[in-house]
Amino acid sequence: MFKMTENNINSLTNLEAEILENPTVGGIVYFQGVVRNHNEGKSVKSLEYEAYIPMANKIGQDILKKAKEKFDIVDAFCIHRVGHLAINDTAVWVITTSHHRKEAYDASQFIIDTVKGEVPIWKKEHYVHEEPKWVACHRCREQHEILNGNHQHGK
Amino acid sequence: MQINIMYFASLRDASKKSQESIETSAHTIEDLFLELNTKYNFSLKQDQLRVAQNEEYVPFTSSLKSGDTIVFIPPVAGG
Repeated sequence: MFKMTENNINSLTNLEAEILENPTVGGIVYFQGVVRNHNEGKSVKSLEYEAYIPMANKIGQDILKKAKEKFDIVDAFCIHRVGHLAINDTAVWVITTSHHRKEAYDASQFIIDTVKGEVPIWKKEHYVHEEPKWVACHRCREQHEILNGNHQHGK
Repeated sequence: MQINIMYFASLRDASKKSQESIETSAHTIEDLFLELNTKYNFSLKQDQLRVAQNEEYVPFTSSLKSGDTIVFIPPVAGG
């Protein structure tokens, strides 16, 4: 289940029953991405996420489907916020369940990396001392350049 | 033909709108981008963007069809 939401996701109360639904599950990995107060040397006071929601949901579902094909997991969930978030607010949850822990860890890493690189979500950082700015995930951009064949090593 | 365009992040800031419907004679998405870039002077270059045609990533060389929804995708930053 992949979902973009405007609602606060600091706790997962509503999802616990669904995560634990399958009695064959022996391990659950929770990855929680939260808003931190600094980035690249700048003091951050809040973050704004926006998304192309229909496409984000479609790509997000595809990523979870791929994770289930690639790893021996039972289920995978990802919930991502949009809107204006304060420091310490939760931006994203990735939850993977499996019979044994390794697959759940590996799938979790795959999902968050792919979500960061592929899902049309944008982030505007609001700083303490400077004007707000749309920022990009640098490592994701590098991957994108490699995929598009215009990456030059060391550049 | 008529094309629907949605703008996000810095492209929305540059165009000062979230979406619009335009009449264009552009044949490809690349032609459309050049036309819009002349109008709005985007801060991002074509090689920094990806593009979605009706909610699917496609190459800039894709042909346009009347009624398409086109979204130029700035570098993403989820998570």
